[in-house]
Amino acid sequence: MNSEVVFQMQGITRTYEMGDVQVHALRGINLKLYAGQFAVILGMSGSGKSTLLNILGGLDLPSSGKVYYKDLELSHASEKELTSYRRYHVGFVFQFYNLIPSLTALENVSVVTEIAAHPMQASEALELVGLSDRMNHFPAQLSGGQQQRVAIARAIAKNPAVLLCDEPTGALDIQTGITVLETLDVVSRELGTTTAVITHNASIADMAHRVIYLNDGQISKIQQNKIRKSPNELSW
Amino acid sequence: MNTLDRKVFRELWLIRGQVLAIAIVIAAGLSTVIMSYSTLESLQQTRERYYQEYGFADLFSSLKRAPLTLVQRITQIPGIADAEPRVLAPVRINLKNYHDPIQGQLVSIDKHNPDAMNKVYIREGRMPVKSQQIEVLISEAFAQPHQLHPGDTLQIIVNGRKQQLHIVGIALSPEFIYQIAPGTIIPDFSRYGIIWMEREALETAYDMQGAFNDLSIKLTLDADDKLIIEKLDDLLKPYGGLGVYDRNLQVSHHFLSEEFKQLDEMGSTFSFIFLGVSIFLLNMVVGRIIASQREIIASLKAFGFSNMAIAFHYSKLIILIVCIGIVLGVSAGLILGNNLAHLYMEYYRFPYLDYQLQVKVILYSTSTTLVAALLGTWFSIRKAVQLQPAEAMRPEVPQRYNVTFIERLGIKKYLAQPSRMVLRHFERHPVKALLSVFGTAFACGIMIVGTFFIDAMDYMVNTEFNLSQREDLTVTLINPTSYRALYELNNIPGVLRAEAYRTASVKMHAGSHSHRTAIQGFSSNNVLHRLLDTQNTAISIPDTGILLTEFLAQKLGVKIGDSISVEFLEGKRLTRQVHVAGVINQYIGLSGYMNIDALNDLMQEGRVISGAYLAIEEGAEYTAQSILKNLPQIAGVEEQKSMVESFYATVGDFMLTYIAFVSGLSIAIAFGVIYNNARITLAERSRELASLRVLGFTQAEVAYILLGELGLITFLSIPLGMLIGYWLSYGFIIGLQQDLFRIPFIIEPPTYAYAILVVICSALISGLIVRRKLNQLDLVSVLKIKE
Repeated sequence: MNSEVVFQMQGITRTYEMGDVQVHALRGINLKLYAGQFAVILGMSGSGKSTLLNILGGLDLPSSGKVYYKDLELSHASEKELTSYRRYHVGFVFQFYNLIPSLTALENVSVVTEIAAHPMQASEALELVGLSDRMNHFPAQLSGGQQQRVAIARAIAKNPAVLLCDEPTGALDIQTGITVLETLDVVSRELGTTTAVITHNASIADMAHRVIYLNDGQISKIQQNKIRKSPNELSW
Repeated sequence: MNTLDRKVFRELWLIRGQVLAIAIVIAAGLSTVIMSYSTLESLQQTRERYYQEYGFADLFSSLKRAPLTLVQRITQIPGIADAEPRVLAPVRINLKNYHDPIQGQLVSIDKHNPDAMNKVYIREGRMPVKSQQIEVLISEAFAQPHQLHPGDTLQIIVNGRKQQLHIVGIALSPEFIYQIAPGTIIPDFSRYGIIWMEREALETAYDMQGAFNDLSIKLTLDADDKLIIEKLDDLLKPYGGLGVYDRNLQVSHHFLSEEFKQLDEMGSTFSFIFLGVSIFLLNMVVGRIIASQREIIASLKAFGFSNMAIAFHYSKLIILIVCIGIVLGVSAGLILGNNLAHLYMEYYRFPYLDYQLQVKVILYSTSTTLVAALLGTWFSIRKAVQLQPAEAMRPEVPQRYNVTFIERLGIKKYLAQPSRMVLRHFERHPVKALLSVFGTAFACGIMIVGTFFIDAMDYMVNTEFNLSQREDLTVTLINPTSYRALYELNNIPGVLRAEAYRTASVKMHAGSHSHRTAIQGFSSNNVLHRLLDTQNTAISIPDTGILLTEFLAQKLGVKIGDSISVEFLEGKRLTRQVHVAGVINQYIGLSGYMNIDALNDLMQEGRVISGAYLAIEEGAEYTAQSILKNLPQIAGVEEQKSMVESFYATVGDFMLTYIAFVSGLSIAIAFGVIYNNARITLAERSRELASLRVLGFTQAEVAYILLGELGLITFLSIPLGMLIGYWLSYGFIIGLQQDLFRIPFIIEPPTYAYAILVVICSALISGLIVRRKLNQLDLVSVLKIKE
């Protein structure tokens, strides 16, 4: 693989306190992610994958180690640098969609396009995820899959360099999950976005270029897929 | 409008009930400020303009009699721009079909002098001219209750002689904005009137040809008034000068200033409390709204919104709520202010009212509110914004609950699970719970401050007029006379008892303090007119020494046993030393009291009296009054009953109207605080309660948990609220101490009960609303959303 390195992590650890308990979420991660690749980070609940994604997305800082996005060292970036990194480079998709309930689908996307540098039209993004007929619905009027697709539209509308998805199908049934994955696949191919999806669902791994197995805060295995399956070929 | 702004509006609409409740509380605070200060500013500006346009004098003096030639010498004193000699004469007025005695004041006008001071404003009719009849102007305040108009006549008794006067005009003067009989403190418009008469006519009527007995002085801008007063005092002394005084001691000006001070005090106290509470409330609501949006905030940060942008977004929510409050508050304040100012106009006789939009007041109060609200909520916003987005997206750590203190006391077995939940929640969030208790307590306290005035007024009137001054009539003689007058009064049919009194105008001095007032002397065996101690028990007047009203003693800085110097402003004009024999409790007026014989001795006068207090047999009032009315040596008769009436009609009326506004606003506040509290509690606990419903709890059982908490908050807030009300009222009373009257610190049980009732009713209504919402909880959807 000779593509440009987008993310580089060296010896990343992350510890945090949860009540009285100290959680070692990451215990020394070394990882590179390459431009245009679709990577799946696979792990059980509690393996540290969300923490990894949050660090990649500039939502969280590692306790030790270094992480780079291209030339920007995220591990030592200021609040201001992280904000503009998130604003101009990253698209997020959350497991629980995190739509703003008081805004319509279109408005949820517009929130992001209004502050991005080179966004597409909010309606165009919704069209890409197949929701042009639901634009003026509020989150409460949409199904889980539709909400997740709005969230994807919101993430891609800014034309981000990287797309980070946290269990995007976690709250969905199989059929809806496949629709959402297809959307992600199409978007990443068409826009050439570097995509990282975290999941505990091993079957999703088959659609990735690379699969990173995470176990108890450490990488246990990295696997290259010679042949990528399309989402509707996945079975789980 | 960008999308986030749309979010602000939609969310405001979602919590519109709470928004309205907060806005109303803010409006209550603001309208109090605007009502008080726009009225105050308007009245002050009106007074200033009136003084300017109608040449209100700077210095005043009464004297016995001086030749007009003296005026030239007076104007030669450096610093004096102008001096105007006048003739003033006390009269009694008789009106057809009005049986009560009326006192009056004749004032000379010099229509040949265009630069005259204290000029009259003609409301109706014209200026008097020289004609065969005696033409006069009468004061509007007196004309109105008697429906007198130009063309009507009235009879006066001046120097014991009856004269017929023809009214040609109704007038006002800057000297008599607050029209009040000398020696009294409560205006009684129907029993005291001002009559302006041409100088020559008055000279003739009062035997004052070529002389004057009243002097008004206009000073130059750079004049040293203290020095001038000294010089004038020396100059006038041989002519029976009663002491030159400045505007601060001019009766109308003095009372007006006291009233303005009081309005200022009321405005600042209530505004401070109301605005404080509204900001507290805003903080509570906004803090919790923000707390409930921690995930949205995290997402916004994940999308690349900066902390500033997010903080600004939530600030807009606050600004909008405050703006709604501002719109409501400013409009209400202007309407109330206009009404209040017009009410004042009924008692303060201005020719016009300059009620202007007080832009300064509005700008100042609204910007203070806004800044205070933003500062107050800044903490919540900052806390939310500073949260790491990743942390905000993680579910909150389950809160640690403990077995509560109350349960540990061993009553656990008596408490069902829901009651334990109420207690544990309460103990788990002590700050939140305390804030809620405190907010509700403040609402209760405000109700008490807003209403205790009525108790205090009633108590004051009862003490002064039912316990202390129990006479039916007070008769004032034209000149101090011998005790024979008392026997004559005693012999009038219907008079049950007559008690003599002697009164003397004095200036009291103690160290650097001095105060112009009167000393009243009467016998220690009085039954009708008595003095009371702080416990309201009658005290007898000591044979020597002087008793001072507590507030006067404070003003003079003296205590029992100290000596004060008394400068008599009448009689032989002696200055004598008297020791303070005691301090008495009195709510109205500021006077000194002595034994009548001791007072006469001190003045080196024989056994004379200034008047008498009379008790009249029931049913004989009319006969007695008619006889008194025709006795030539009587200057005036005051009826106790009408004094009480006019107290309530004037002084009481302002206060009570103001208080009515304020207590209306405090009900709004009480409800606003309690309702908001209930709604927030519902929002915070709906998930937990829905889970219980799913587990099989009935609606009533779930409601018990929520309403139990509200009930507990209300229950705890009541005693605290009573305490807050008590202290707020006390602080308020202290601020309102003035010469005219001191409001006693009295809160009657019904006032507490009323405040508690309002709090409980607000809690019940809020509880019912919340309970209805609770019954509408969508159980399934609540469970679907992640924690």
